[in-house]
Amino acid sequence: MTNAMTTKTRDTTIFAKLAALLLVGLMMIGTAAASEEAGLEAANVRLDDVASMKRGARLFFNYCSGCHSLEYLRYSRLAEDLKLDPKDVEKNLVFNGARIGDHAISHMPADKAATWFGKAPPDLSLEARARGSDWIYNYLKSFYLDPARPLGWNNNVFENASMPNVLWELQGLQVAEQVPAEAGHDATIGKLELKTPGQQTPAQFDQTVRDLTAFLQYAGEPAALQRESMGIWVLLYLAFFTLIAYLLKLEFWKDVH
Amino acid sequence: MATAMTRVHPNNAVLGWIEDRLPILSFLSSHTSGYYAPKNFNFWYYFGSLALLVLVNQILTGIFLTMNYKPNAAEAFASVEYIMRDVEWGWLIRYMHSTGASLFFVVVYLHMFRGVMYGSFKKPRELVWLLGMLIFLVLMAEAFMGYVLPWGNMSFWGAKVIISLFGAVPVIGDALVQWIMGDYLPADATLNRFFALHVIALPLVLLLLVVLHLAALHEVGSNNPDGVEIKQTKKPDGTPLDGIAFHPYYTVKDIFGTGVFLLIAAFIIFYAPTFGGWFLEHDNFIPANNLVTPSHIKPVWYFTPFYAIVRMIPAKLPGVIAMFGSIVLLFFFPWIDRGPVKSIRYRGLGYKIALALFVLSFIMLGAVGAGVTTEVIPEWFGANADLTTIENLFGRFWTLVYFGFFVFLWAYTHFGFEKTKPVPDRIQLRSGARLKETSDTRWGVRKPSRFRVG
Repeated sequence: MTNAMTTKTRDTTIFAKLAALLLVGLMMIGTAAASEEAGLEAANVRLDDVASMKRGARLFFNYCSGCHSLEYLRYSRLAEDLKLDPKDVEKNLVFNGARIGDHAISHMPADKAATWFGKAPPDLSLEARARGSDWIYNYLKSFYLDPARPLGWNNNVFENASMPNVLWELQGLQVAEQVPAEAGHDATIGKLELKTPGQQTPAQFDQTVRDLTAFLQYAGEPAALQRESMGIWVLLYLAFFTLIAYLLKLEFWKDVH
Repeated sequence: MATAMTRVHPNNAVLGWIEDRLPILSFLSSHTSGYYAPKNFNFWYYFGSLALLVLVNQILTGIFLTMNYKPNAAEAFASVEYIMRDVEWGWLIRYMHSTGASLFFVVVYLHMFRGVMYGSFKKPRELVWLLGMLIFLVLMAEAFMGYVLPWGNMSFWGAKVIISLFGAVPVIGDALVQWIMGDYLPADATLNRFFALHVIALPLVLLLLVVLHLAALHEVGSNNPDGVEIKQTKKPDGTPLDGIAFHPYYTVKDIFGTGVFLLIAAFIIFYAPTFGGWFLEHDNFIPANNLVTPSHIKPVWYFTPFYAIVRMIPAKLPGVIAMFGSIVLLFFFPWIDRGPVKSIRYRGLGYKIALALFVLSFIMLGAVGAGVTTEVIPEWFGANADLTTIENLFGRFWTLVYFGFFVFLWAYTHFGFEKTKPVPDRIQLRSGARLKETSDTRWGVRKPSRFRVG
């Protein structure tokens, strides 16, 4: 009896040790995963904020859709998910004669676009999934004047981007503070400073970019809206099911000694 | 337990008529209510049935995915987005499949660890282990090919890197790589054949192996956390004294385990389907592009320990041999571990420490293979630190631990260094209730000895 009990205790401590080791390993992985996006300001987009996504859609179709497509997003889906009247979408967001069931394709010819910008503007359907919403948020805020670039713009997050700052009227003009080169290293870009204010205050502009980012987040995975709203019911059902299953197990195992 | 088939005969005329000609109900009942399993199964014994559950999930969701997926390099990526956006419930089916793939490996790794911890691979269960290892091997091929199908950029580059490992084979290497891909790069031909293998060939092999794994298990009977053979002590009716019928006892218990597992799976599917880029990688939301290389090419997390080994060894051929060797070695567990005591509960301290280090090496190699060290080293050692040197030192150390475990295990058990504890004759329950009932419980004392199989 005593012998058996000590065996159990030791057994348990080994389990505990193994579990602790596993936990440490997982925590290391977790830390690394969290630090993956280090250095980027959080976008804090919310997929339950339909108003923000609506404003983002308006911004996207006014400022971005001339060059960038959302080749996997249909206008009709957008209308349905963002609770917009399809007629309003056709009137206010469709600028290229497309029909409501069509995908949001930019009418810029890809071959000419490559000549104009050096690289054709990429499709943005999955940009938020490939880069993350934090990246988009920071990228759109990080344009600065750089006379060395063909279009006069550079970007602090995505160096030598071909894209000009299409939101400059709202944001104003930023310049970069140059950090002199140390021995063996290239000169780097320090902080960006707002030289000429735009139509919006920095706080307003942050919200503008956040709205745009939220819309791209939505466009990357429209099903996320359904997923997140129904998930809780699935979990509640499964929790109930598991409880019943546990009680059933206890009942059946009553005669096992 | 060797399952002597007990005939059942249903009263229903039609069922009875069938049963007389095809004893299907007798077969099923002898493998469920007629199969006696030890009554002391603990937490670690859920993962076998969960693996079966995930396999069924993968097959069912896979069938529906093939209805809309296009195995064509020009259309594959868009067809996956079509499933995600335009197919009714397509997103759910796809996430169930992609999450299922990762959870399959979670479950299988825990199942394998259980087998090692309690010595479930030892005589007479060597074939159960070997068939299980074959399942693991086929599962890796199945998962790799499935990962290529969405034809994202990581699909393409992952395929290119993994297939190029075969280029290390002397003389025929390059020809072999081209033969596998059907082209000079992963391309339409590669995608087509991987689709065929992923949806038809390998699932059929998997199902066959699962049937054989279970058949072999039911012939010799399940091991248990005490590593005691329950059929040594039988009731007058011939059933094991410490055994309980798989059905209903373990079926209801597994339903509960299934509930907990589904809760975790559903949480991932509905709230974290990419799992922070670990289950669905960010770079795979960019279409395959042979001109743009992702910044870190790496396989999905479940391959990273093995991938780290090939990365840590400087020459290609030895690296590839070591990588495949790290998997092949697992097959030989029953012959490397010669200790007579099965369960970790009664094994020597050296074994416990070695096993803990082995598990740690697997996790650390996983971190190296996934590029975690590449991210973490500059943070911990400063941006100017020599990343390659530190990473190589770290990775090679844990590679040595991984292989060292097998060398240690063989020497430790072969030369009788292990000081084991006495193994009881019968299973020990936590409550100790059974021990009170039977005063005649004898403690079998086994001295550490050389133990050879066969």
